[in-house]
Amino acid sequence: MRIHLTVNGLEREADVWEGSSLLTALREDLGLPGSKNACEQGECGSCSVLLDDQLLCSCLVLAAAAEGHRIRTVEDLGKDERLHPVQRAFVDAGAVQCGFCTPGFIVASYALLRDNPEPSEAEIREALSGNLCRCTGYGKIIEAVRRASREMYR
Amino acid sequence: MPSARVVKNRTEFEGKIYEELALVQGADIPAWSADAELRHVGRSRLRVDGPQRVSGRARYTTDLMLPGMLHARVVRSPHPHARVIRVDAKRALALAGVRSVVDRTSAPELFDEEVHYVGAPVAVVVGETEEIAADAAHLVEIEYESLPFVVDLEEAIADRTRVQRKESYSRGDARRGFREADIVVDARYTTSTQLHNCLEPHGAVAQWDGERLTLWESTQAMFDVRKGVAKAIRARLDDVRVICDYMGGGFGSKLGHGHYSEIAAVLAKRLGRPIRCVMDRREENLVTGNRSATVQRVRVGATKDGKLTALEHVAWSGTGTEDGWVASTTGPSNGLYEVANVRSEQFLVLTNTGPFSAFRAPGYVEGTFALESAMDELADKLALDPLALRRKNYAKLDPQSGKHYSLKRLDQCYSRGAELAGWSRRKAGGTAGRHAYLRRGMGVSTQVWGGGGGPPAYATIHLNADGTAIVRAGLQDIGSGTKTAIAQIAAEELSLPLERVRLSIGETDAPYGPASGGSMTTASLGPAVRLAAVDVRRQLLEVAAGLMEVRASEIHLTDGHAVAGRGGKKLALDEVFSKLQNYTVIGRGSRHPNPEDVRLRSFGAHFAEVEVDIRTGAVRVLKIVAVHQIGRIVNPLNAKSQVEGGVTQALGYAVSEGRVLDRLSGHVMNANLEDYKIPTVKDVPDIVVEFVPDLDRRANNLGGIGLGEPPIIPTAAAIANAVANACGARVRTLPITPARVLEALRR
Ligand code: FES
Ligand code: FES
Repeated sequence: MRIHLTVNGLEREADVWEGSSLLTALREDLGLPGSKNACEQGECGSCSVLLDDQLLCSCLVLAAAAEGHRIRTVEDLGKDERLHPVQRAFVDAGAVQCGFCTPGFIVASYALLRDNPEPSEAEIREALSGNLCRCTGYGKIIEAVRRASREMYR
Repeated sequence: MPSARVVKNRTEFEGKIYEELALVQGADIPAWSADAELRHVGRSRLRVDGPQRVSGRARYTTDLMLPGMLHARVVRSPHPHARVIRVDAKRALALAGVRSVVDRTSAPELFDEEVHYVGAPVAVVVGETEEIAADAAHLVEIEYESLPFVVDLEEAIADRTRVQRKESYSRGDARRGFREADIVVDARYTTSTQLHNCLEPHGAVAQWDGERLTLWESTQAMFDVRKGVAKAIRARLDDVRVICDYMGGGFGSKLGHGHYSEIAAVLAKRLGRPIRCVMDRREENLVTGNRSATVQRVRVGATKDGKLTALEHVAWSGTGTEDGWVASTTGPSNGLYEVANVRSEQFLVLTNTGPFSAFRAPGYVEGTFALESAMDELADKLALDPLALRRKNYAKLDPQSGKHYSLKRLDQCYSRGAELAGWSRRKAGGTAGRHAYLRRGMGVSTQVWGGGGGPPAYATIHLNADGTAIVRAGLQDIGSGTKTAIAQIAAEELSLPLERVRLSIGETDAPYGPASGGSMTTASLGPAVRLAAVDVRRQLLEVAAGLMEVRASEIHLTDGHAVAGRGGKKLALDEVFSKLQNYTVIGRGSRHPNPEDVRLRSFGAHFAEVEVDIRTGAVRVLKIVAVHQIGRIVNPLNAKSQVEGGVTQALGYAVSEGRVLDRLSGHVMNANLEDYKIPTVKDVPDIVVEFVPDLDRRANNLGGIGLGEPPIIPTAAAIANAVANACGARVRTLPITPARVLEALRR
């Protein structure tokens, strides 16, 4: 089936299988593999995207259900070579190891800071508790969110 | 060009010592001294590939979409033990978009007639999309003949046909040692099966161009994959090129090639189209390896004043269907303490469950939990401070070889750790929490591990005419930051800014590099890279000397200039480079053998502080202090990350992780990330990390060894000891669940 949606500011069209998830459509049909597939069942947050500004796991949304909606992925946060402050903060804080969980954390942190410019540590932990990382100890991820908050809103 | 020669070398890998011949070139150089002024090595540098990873531009194996690519899904056995009678693919093949179904009759090299665990491969479906292949996989009809099976480790231990004695060790006379003991602790410990759950699934994409196979794989060991895949398709080594660019974690489960690699390679050749075979999360939890569950018995005897007289450690490790090797669970008992009489035995136990594989410090994690728990039980009986007991039995020399260590600063790990943890606040019997039902306690545990690395490892460095350098090595960065460390080492010796050093790694057409395992990547490859840079520098100096009309031995490189010792003549390197035009200066380096007269080992100590709710048995880990000694730290920022990550995996192992099997069906009941509990951001405590600053100058020309595995080794015992200190509940089974705490409290 054909779907039409706005992805990272561009009107896009894709021919997808009706059972396809939005994640599959993004990765395989729309050429945006930045969002990662680590579980495909809503358990890890690696596939986090914004749908009409709302943070969600794209592996849990049918591509067909995204018809007519606006999607933003990690690829859209930094423009060209310039990183978004959230991305910069993850690099600077040393919050990235293998990086497979990172796009999901970046999108989730972006959504958090958009709604709550100066989150407390407890709020950061709450907001990111749906994202799993197997490499880091999360401490530097928390620090990255704090750095980004300072950078964006000071 | 330096001449090559063959040397004998001894390398410790995953707790075992290997003696092999190695080919090396040229001569080694000494490690940088403690007062050498280094600009890159030893300094925190941001990951050179950080921007690629945060922007979503980094391409992992699972991200690869090749034109014409087909997707392979494996049909897996629902039986823990069965004979495959018949595979009927008619309905699957009838589905639009299905290209092929392959089973034992059409590919005997890929499938066995008998399956030995739930999830064992029986057939593979190839479709135009992943979804089509997955759908069709359900339509493959398979007739099985069920066979008897055992999935429970204890049940298997009782069955002699399933048990193999794999390793044994002794020194002195354990029986006499126990006779000499005033106090003996004799305890049985059990640990759960830990599942790796790297976030990037295992998988491969293969493409055959009629002449050569290119295989992208998420792997820790490209060269082993090349060897395995070449064999699978009956090709030569040069017929296969393995690529592993960005990689999303392995933790030991991605050493060696997988069944998926064979499927991708064989089918790509057969069907003439690229094949992608990537596991899903359920397969990750069923078939891609795990840390063995263990049953361990530790007996330790001591005199009244706490001197160990005898130590006995017997371990049974459930290896699933893997019957080749077993992890060194008794290693810590053999080598950590100064005790004259030691006896240990290591058994492999076969069950009808997915095969085990290396998992970050395999064996040592399990064994250290038992040994260091038993040491605390002993300290308790002797009414000694646990730290004092450990110090009392401190081994100055390696107890196994009698040799000196190249460096051992475990005493400093203990004292600095105690300081950071506030060990003086610890009280026998624990302390009170905010409420009467909350008890607080502290525990300590010790880490010993190899990780010295060794040959073979080679690197070349190409210096371009614009003063940029490319380091070429058969290296994969699995997420640990090796790439950055290697760039720092090259930049240091070349006197170049870090951003002028680029790495060309991640494929097997490069000189051989070691597997990223055994904590040995940087310690193996780093010294070779340094020598390659030295070789470039030597040549560069000769060029500069020619231009400056002085002897090469009279000048040195500093701050982007060649400077003559006498007369102060100076020449900007940019000018030297400009004379090079299109010439490439090529430097070569190889890893030299380890010193023979000393043992290379890393040490560390972890301190845990916990709070236990004695009503519910819930354990909250409040703080972990981790102090490690590995000699020189190339990049403190990344080294700290490495420790924090290791501690966090250990935290999961200690309190929440464990595969749950259904004894009647052999099925894994928690083969997903919802029910298999890896720590989340809400679970991690305050983790304090420090390193002993002393260099390990004998180890290699960097002066430091590996850190990948040490941080996961001691944590679980430190937590168990802290729980026992808090409330008197000695939990001898991992994970330490609330139910087990309550049960221990009732004892
Ligand atoms: S891939 Fe969507 S939550 Fe894991
Ligand atoms: S950095 Fe590897 S999973 Fe998070």
